[in-house]
Amino acid sequence: MKIDVTPVPFEPWALVRLHEQALASRAKVGACAVFVGTMRDINEGDEVRAMTLEHYPGMTERHLTRIAEEAEQRWGLQDVLVVHRVGQLLPADPIVLVAVWAGHRREAFEACRFIMEDLKSKAPFWKKEQLDAGERWVEHNTPGH
Amino acid sequence: MAITVKFFASLRERVGVEMTTRPYRDGLTPADLWRDVLPDTPIPGNVLVAVNMDYATPDRVLTDGDEVAFFPPVTGGAA
Repeated sequence: MKIDVTPVPFEPWALVRLHEQALASRAKVGACAVFVGTMRDINEGDEVRAMTLEHYPGMTERHLTRIAEEAEQRWGLQDVLVVHRVGQLLPADPIVLVAVWAGHRREAFEACRFIMEDLKSKAPFWKKEQLDAGERWVEHNTPGH
Repeated sequence: MAITVKFFASLRERVGVEMTTRPYRDGLTPADLWRDVLPDTPIPGNVLVAVNMDYATPDRVLTDGDEVAFFPPVTGGAA
């Protein structure tokens, strides 16, 4: 399992490939589900030029680790990779990567979604958007179901 | 020892405090700390509280040395 909160831009597909190559239990894996979230250039009808993502160093990593461990146990996963950007982002930048490796597709889909929804509703991250008219904090998340 | 108090994101900007410390006393709760630091600001209904980096309720009784954080609803992830 790997959890990473990084101020450095990342390339999700390269990270998935690297992580998969290092999997100890590759022969047990029948399914891999991947979610990649990227930054859009529009929100609530306004053009967004850039975005700053703040987190709570320590608690954020701890919470993500806990979610991933819970998913591993609940769905008997072979491995989990979660990467989340912080700092200054531009439109089209990847924000979040959740990849899970499981025996079968049902476990993979369900665990990937569980981690993503829990992350969105509970992991301590906050977005601030930079618009032409100034800055604003994003006050609530879109529902995922 | 003392209690460390942290504020994050829009809440930090609103209250104008990033981090402060307060002396510990028996029975102290996050709600007491909020009133100590911000006597003129009622605690917002949607504020989230963490004690030692775990979610907690504002009436949780603290232990000396605890770290208490107040923050707004979280907005991570994407799409």
